[in-house]
Amino acid sequence: MADVTFIVDGKTLTAPAGTLLIEACKSHGIEIPAFCYYPGLSLQAACRMCVVRIEKQPKLATACTTTVAEGMNVTTESPEIAQARKATLQLLLGNHPLDCPVCDAGGECELQDMTFKYGAADSFYAEPKNHRDEQKWSPVVYFDRPRCILCYRCVRMCGEGMDIFALGVQNRGSSSVIAPNIPAQLSGVVENGTELAQLDCEQCGMCIDACPVGALTSGTYRYKTRPWEMNHTATVCTHCGDGCKTTLGVRSVSDGSEIVRGDNRDKSGMNGDFLCNKGRYAFDFANNIERLTSPLIRKDGKLTPVSWDEALTFAGNKLRDLRQDRGPNSIGVIGSNRTTNEENYLLQKFARTVIGTNNIDHHRTADFVTLATSLQGATGRFASQHDVEKSPAILLVGGDPTNQAPLTAWNIRTNVRHNNARIYIANHEGIKLRRQAKAFVQVAPFGYGAFIESLKADNDFAKSLHAEEQLVVVVGNELRGGELASLIKALPHAKFALLADYANSRGASDMGLLPDVLPGYQSLAGSTIANEYAAADTPGLDLLAMFDAAAAGNLSALYVVGSNPVKRYGIDAVTLKSTFLIVQDLFLTETAALADVVFPAANLYEKSGSVTNSYGDLQLVSKAADKAGTRSDFELIVRLAGHMGHDLKTLVPFGKGLRSDMGQSRGAQSGEADRHSVWMTANNLEPKTSPFDPFAILDEIQRLVPGYDKLLRLQLLSGNDQHISPSASGLVQITTSRKDLVLPSADTLFTSGSLTRYSPMLQDVQRHQSTEVADHLASAD
Amino acid sequence: MATIPNSIFTPTTAARFDKLATIYPVKRSALVPMLLYAQDEIGYVSDPVVAEIAQRLDLLELDVRNVLSYYSMLRTVPAGKYNVQVCTNISCMLRGGFELLDHCKHTLGIGHKETTPDGLFSLEEVECIGACCWAPAVQVNYDFHDDLTPEKMDAVLDSYRAREPK
Repeated sequence: MADVTFIVDGKTLTAPAGTLLIEACKSHGIEIPAFCYYPGLSLQAACRMCVVRIEKQPKLATACTTTVAEGMNVTTESPEIAQARKATLQLLLGNHPLDCPVCDAGGECELQDMTFKYGAADSFYAEPKNHRDEQKWSPVVYFDRPRCILCYRCVRMCGEGMDIFALGVQNRGSSSVIAPNIPAQLSGVVENGTELAQLDCEQCGMCIDACPVGALTSGTYRYKTRPWEMNHTATVCTHCGDGCKTTLGVRSVSDGSEIVRGDNRDKSGMNGDFLCNKGRYAFDFANNIERLTSPLIRKDGKLTPVSWDEALTFAGNKLRDLRQDRGPNSIGVIGSNRTTNEENYLLQKFARTVIGTNNIDHHRTADFVTLATSLQGATGRFASQHDVEKSPAILLVGGDPTNQAPLTAWNIRTNVRHNNARIYIANHEGIKLRRQAKAFVQVAPFGYGAFIESLKADNDFAKSLHAEEQLVVVVGNELRGGELASLIKALPHAKFALLADYANSRGASDMGLLPDVLPGYQSLAGSTIANEYAAADTPGLDLLAMFDAAAAGNLSALYVVGSNPVKRYGIDAVTLKSTFLIVQDLFLTETAALADVVFPAANLYEKSGSVTNSYGDLQLVSKAADKAGTRSDFELIVRLAGHMGHDLKTLVPFGKGLRSDMGQSRGAQSGEADRHSVWMTANNLEPKTSPFDPFAILDEIQRLVPGYDKLLRLQLLSGNDQHISPSASGLVQITTSRKDLVLPSADTLFTSGSLTRYSPMLQDVQRHQSTEVADHLASAD
Repeated sequence: MATIPNSIFTPTTAARFDKLATIYPVKRSALVPMLLYAQDEIGYVSDPVVAEIAQRLDLLELDVRNVLSYYSMLRTVPAGKYNVQVCTNISCMLRGGFELLDHCKHTLGIGHKETTPDGLFSLEEVECIGACCWAPAVQVNYDFHDDLTPEKMDAVLDSYRAREPK
């Protein structure tokens, strides 16, 4: 809309017509206080804190509901306004307990800040305060009635933002109260003879974030610490493939630093203020007492704690001997969906150059190889998470973002609410997002092939899709291989994204944790990377073939990093009895329990690097917590290579480079410059000084991996996301007959693979959700 | 429109509700009338009433409870057979409304929003019932009794007791 010019506090400002005064002021650095106003949600005008004086209007007006107009003259601070706000605060404090010293919100409470600013601490009210005890609505949501200032933010956040509508306002006047959707008499939860109201919802905790005071508090954080006693680090959530940032509050403890809180109030990432249950609370696996903190070696059939040196020497020697005796192709490597790009790249390089085999794979949760090969050479056809947030039309084929990719679901809902986006859904189930859909097509189970055929036919759904000029297609992991390729072919004008299950599922594929392609989906023979690796050009064993080989006694060793294939793929323990098994993980998983050597690894919150979400948005991972006794997967891979006697400079390019006499004209290396050093110099990058620096590998990734060559360091380091398209050409479609290689993890809102069982919060919430059912319209099915 | 199998209401009321849901531009507008009719039939707004009305109007039970709890004339516990509603707004107050309320409390032995043990009477202090010209006034169920004194009130209560079979 056209810009209008208006005056605020004597300053002439400009903003598009239709902008709310409060927002226009904010973007010019003038802060107007408000409790009930929350960007992105509907307007309430309930708190009267944002009152301003507008010239020629008889009364003070609320800035949150006034749109800017040409020539408007506004005063935002004056004795009159201060008095009005002070009176509002006095009313709010009439019932509000002054328990700030023990309140979770103390120090980051909007009411506290405003009282401090306007000095309304002395009250005219002599009546006793209306007290009610705190209520536990769910394992993660607690309600302290007297602290509530009835701003309705939580009610709107839950209804409009989350599309759950689990919170309402009951009673009236000064006895009004926020109420959860299961009333006390129906909950079946009795404590000390009192029935307790309960909450049946997605347990995302958005209501707690939105709460300006300490009325709604988090079950995992309450009464643990004070906000100012934590250090905060914004990093990428380890759970699903959406790539949300979660800002972790950490605190020093005797064995490192533990995470006490996760939220995204600072809007540090592409998720804005959104986080789901797992992103907000399921960091607690990191503090689990079952964490492995010492390397283990199997002695007399029992896993026994040993020193790092003993474990690494033993594993390194054994791997080297087995490679020599039984050949590199008798060894397999399985990577992880939750380790960083640098670790994934390093692991496949370890397999291909240190061991010398293409026997490398990971637990695939989406078919990124088909996506990359189908879209090769095309530009702008890989969708980013931001496209889901802004695109005028979205087609969702398969998948259930509400449960599997909550940020995608949030973005779709927000896009519909703010921009009237048109959502088309084809699914074999009536997923919750159907409520936002313009059109819904019921697909028979395993009937996506028929659906793709129907796109060519003359029907309304197909016609409206072909009429969309900017269409983003989000594909669930039901579709893979040929079906995915034909869907991409059927919609030649659309952008595509696949939903995958974990923080770095996309990164694991992009970085080449695959037996038949190199990083960037480059072919095993002839590509730049292939030439540099000088590794075998025959495809290796995939994950299932490795276990087949193990069963046949042909797999001498298996190195598993951060993965639990024994559980995931239902592998019989006997299969691995003649295989030397090295596992590095956080916990003694089903796979680790069978191992000969176990290394305790750090999790994604305890390391640095980068990850790529399932849309291909690359983001920086920052180290937040620390756990004594664990090491990052990066360090472990490098150390293992070292203990195998490998020259580390050829694995991780650090120091001054392989050959300091760059460009020499004589000798054995003549004519062969150190390409990495040349590239580093050309890009003004400093050589990294440590073999354990993930950024040394990032340099190599940027130099060698198509798509990642365009990454911008400044964007990465400043914590912004950037979109990566693996848009190299000349990729070969590998046809594989084994469809079961892609195994969706079927995670829900309250599970996260093997980590589920180590998160007490997730266990609690699962128990809670299994007993509480509100009614037919509420929460995720 | 949702057809409700096994409605908890009588066929007449159920038919009336079917119609109510269709006559407003927005379906949920039928909520308050429905709650009132339901209360008249069942005696109070029970949990099954909330569930059925929510289903009829495509609302969440929480939405129904939000509205239900706002209005003081809607109750979620059974009242007595005769619900005595004493007005204490300004006209009635000036003409002895509070004396009348105290008298009722005393003679019935119950307080505000309470019910006698035999379930015959319940007592409520209410806001203006629109009978200011003949204050003080009392409404028993849907019957009005005006220009009252404590003595006349006793007679009113007795007349209701007399309706009961001995």
